[in-house]
Amino acid sequence: MQPAELSAVDIVAAVRQGDLSAVQCAETFLSRIEAGNGSINAFLNVDREGAVACAAKIDARRRAGQPIGPLAGLPVAVKDVLCTANLPTTCASKMLEHFQPPYDADTVSRLRQADAIIVGKTNMDEFAMGGSNENSAFGPVRNPWDLSRAPGGSSGGSAACVAADMAPVAIGSDTGGSIRQPAGLCGITGLKPTYGRVSRRGLIAFASSLDQIGPMARSAADCALVLETIAGHDPGDSTSLVASVPRYTELLEQPLTGVRIGRVPDHFAEGLDPEVAKGVEEAFAVLKAAGATVLDIRMPHAKYGVPTYYLIAPCEASSNLARYDGAHYGRRCEETAARKGSRASNGAIAYDSPLVEMYCRSRGEGFGPEVKRRIMLGTYALSAGYYDAYYAKAMKVRRLIRQDYLDAFEHVDLIGGPVSATPAFKLGEKTGDPLAMYLVDLYTVAANLAGIGGISFPCGFTKSGLPIGFQLQAPALGEPLLLRASDRFQRLTDWHLRRPKKSVR
Amino acid sequence: MNAANAPTAAPYTTIVGLEVHLQLQTRTKLFCGCSTAFGAPPNTQVCPVCLGLPGSLPVMNRAAFELAMKAALALDCTIASFTKWDRKNYFYPDLPKGYQISQFDLPFSSSGSLEVVDPKGTFAPRTVRIVRVHLEEDAGKSMHDDTAGRADSRIDLNRAGTPLCEIVTEPDLRSPQEARAWLNELKLLLEYLGVSDCNMQEGSLRVDANVNLHIPEASGRIAKTPIVEIKNMNSFRSVERALIYEVARQWEEWQQTRAELGTMPKQTRGWDDPAGVTRAQRHKEESSDYRYFPEPDLVPVTVSPQQLAAVRASMESPPKQLRQSLQSQWNISAYDADVLVNQGRDLVAYFETLAAQVGGGKVASNWMQQDVLRMLKERGGAIADFPVQPAGLADLIARVTAGTFDTSRAREIFAEMVANGRSAADVVGAMEIAAVGEDELRDLCRELLARNPKIVADVQGGKEQAVAGLIGQARKQNANVNPGEFRTMCLEMIRTMGR
Repeated sequence: MQPAELSAVDIVAAVRQGDLSAVQCAETFLSRIEAGNGSINAFLNVDREGAVACAAKIDARRRAGQPIGPLAGLPVAVKDVLCTANLPTTCASKMLEHFQPPYDADTVSRLRQADAIIVGKTNMDEFAMGGSNENSAFGPVRNPWDLSRAPGGSSGGSAACVAADMAPVAIGSDTGGSIRQPAGLCGITGLKPTYGRVSRRGLIAFASSLDQIGPMARSAADCALVLETIAGHDPGDSTSLVASVPRYTELLEQPLTGVRIGRVPDHFAEGLDPEVAKGVEEAFAVLKAAGATVLDIRMPHAKYGVPTYYLIAPCEASSNLARYDGAHYGRRCEETAARKGSRASNGAIAYDSPLVEMYCRSRGEGFGPEVKRRIMLGTYALSAGYYDAYYAKAMKVRRLIRQDYLDAFEHVDLIGGPVSATPAFKLGEKTGDPLAMYLVDLYTVAANLAGIGGISFPCGFTKSGLPIGFQLQAPALGEPLLLRASDRFQRLTDWHLRRPKKSVR
Repeated sequence: MNAANAPTAAPYTTIVGLEVHLQLQTRTKLFCGCSTAFGAPPNTQVCPVCLGLPGSLPVMNRAAFELAMKAALALDCTIASFTKWDRKNYFYPDLPKGYQISQFDLPFSSSGSLEVVDPKGTFAPRTVRIVRVHLEEDAGKSMHDDTAGRADSRIDLNRAGTPLCEIVTEPDLRSPQEARAWLNELKLLLEYLGVSDCNMQEGSLRVDANVNLHIPEASGRIAKTPIVEIKNMNSFRSVERALIYEVARQWEEWQQTRAELGTMPKQTRGWDDPAGVTRAQRHKEESSDYRYFPEPDLVPVTVSPQQLAAVRASMESPPKQLRQSLQSQWNISAYDADVLVNQGRDLVAYFETLAAQVGGGKVASNWMQQDVLRMLKERGGAIADFPVQPAGLADLIARVTAGTFDTSRAREIFAEMVANGRSAADVVGAMEIAAVGEDELRDLCRELLARNPKIVADVQGGKEQAVAGLIGQARKQNANVNPGEFRTMCLEMIRTMGR
């Protein structure tokens, strides 16, 4: 069997057994990247040399009978929002185009420690802001199922590279749906863990109270394998949870008998594509057949999720992105341009105008339009006189949404539904309408606001051959059940095994 | 206005409130493990966290929080059982994250007070209420190079992230002198507690003062001048001078403009120390909107009653308490206790050891005030480096008490002990100091009386003090002569001669 078609679980087992060399495995995926990235643009940076060298060391250690890590030889693609000490980290922004972090993100260290092989950094929406990957300063990612369509975002590169077999596993980040939505649109499995389950240290912040790192792979079992490595308390992240990490891969066997899954009728209201609705209802049927019971529940505040999210996330972003001022690192405008100064506004600003001019020009040149839009939204919402009406109110609604989940989880163990209202949309289809683009997060933002985990996996295809995603959400630290239910579904279906046509790939 | 603090009754009351920024004496920074040591080459005590690099996250230094709690407890503040961190957003090149992690609406402590008493009585005891004490991280340092045509700015981020306590007072001070005295008391308190080294030159203590005048009008209404914030004062003396200047300036301005509080935005003025004037600064700061919001990268801090008790138990006694206990335990005056305590904990410890060894507070206090402090001042340096330890001085004092020599002779010995680090016994031996025997003393008296008939006559004529002229001669002849004994013997002999 070709390594490119093996699951992550199988690759790790084959390397361990000596049936597959880590170098051979890395070479296979690197060749696929080299062949396919030109059309898909999933990678911003490929580390062939580093990956092969790392793989060779693992092979040598295995041959010498030395211990190898739990992910030994597994190629992993990492979203370019996670710091890597050996590779530039750009956030798909001109602002950080040449930025080289001096340290590895906690997730990256854990992957290296486990002997995973980092093959490269994946494309994304700039600073993880977007739902189509069209906000990348380095060009959009194309959906492997239809190159004229968006892969979703912001972890579009991570989703597309797994869908196109360029990597068995990728790391994404999810602030409002950025793992689950592209996973859904690309026909792969993506897990957004509970807030704090995976350390955010080294994850370049978009919205600190919502950001969470998670695995993206072909199956729930592969996600479970990677989560075992990247989850866990990090003393360097005060918000990371102090909770032991279960052996997720060993908790998949138990059947779903007696598991109660909530279904929210509002999810099926106006706006949901009929083919998506059909795929989602069929998924409920599969889960029922597996022994679960499905109950209708109400989430009364869910409809406020998107407006709440689009206040809190930009507020935090406006502050998180203030550090990109051209003074310390990242893009700085031409010195002569800054020195020209004189923006001829009021006298007070004229005093230090070369500095202010440098700030304005550097940020103006470095950030793309969506990033600027969110910085302005957030700055406005936090301003004196608006704080109570926007940020403070949004925080109150956030508590109500969290309470909705607490109430719902009194009655059900999981909540199921669509990931996105439509399958993958055309590139350029929504770029002129930021509000339409914000609605792609409709079904995913609430989990981030509540800090709970969610998983997305394929549950069917449209007539035109585009994947349809199904989402499950669980109470805080409910990853074992999320993974178990998804894995059970994948034992009963083969949607996750389908691949885009070779001609497209 | 209170007569005690207004020697010349001014037609207004001076209203002063202070804002003190204090660097806590921690080994490492507030949110990372970098050293806080002063004076390292620029940008050598930095890491991704205090550089504000992308992806870095702060982690609170618990030691800094406990030190801040000590400061707040010493100021009689209430410690909140729940406190959180907020971001204060503004752009400046020495603020690498574009925001400062501070505390906005839920500071860790509030509602305290600190009294200042002047033992000389130049002003009445003044209790200054503390509005709040909160903890925040310091920014870096900008150094502007204005050499011709360059206007370069350089940034040193060694200081970025150093823990800072901000102490905000109510406007309870009523004169520049009080402000200075209160700051001295605050500094002393914080030094005693080991909270901060309070070194203004190194920037570990910074003071801003808010000042305006309340002017009673004929109608009985009180007119208030606009509040001015004074910055850039680098010593307590500067604070006093700046306030004196600003009070006069505001009075002058009031007489010309009659501008009252609320008719203009709060003004910030910088103190120009060499010129001795305050100058208006640009209005930029006033209009800034810091867009505070809760810091999502840090978890709120809770303080249990047990933790609070542990911090309290670890605290040394504050100066106020120490002054009282010195007075009652060693029976010294309030003034003397004040002088000793104001010199710091090490000197108080020196005094207490000395007093215990000589078996009396008064004699020990006199030696401290008249000799040890004088010598310290002449030599410079701290009591810890003083060459004569309390035991050595106690030995010297014991010899005086035993009558081996008198106090003035003892001072000469003490000077020698300090200068060359020798013991009293050593100096006494080397200088051949020994008590003068009675026979020897009588011979000396006889000889000198014979040589000085005029003095004898004067004494006989009733001018007893004339005998002092003989003491100098006696000591010249034998340095060991005890002036008291010699005087008594001379007078006795003259009386006998007269019969």
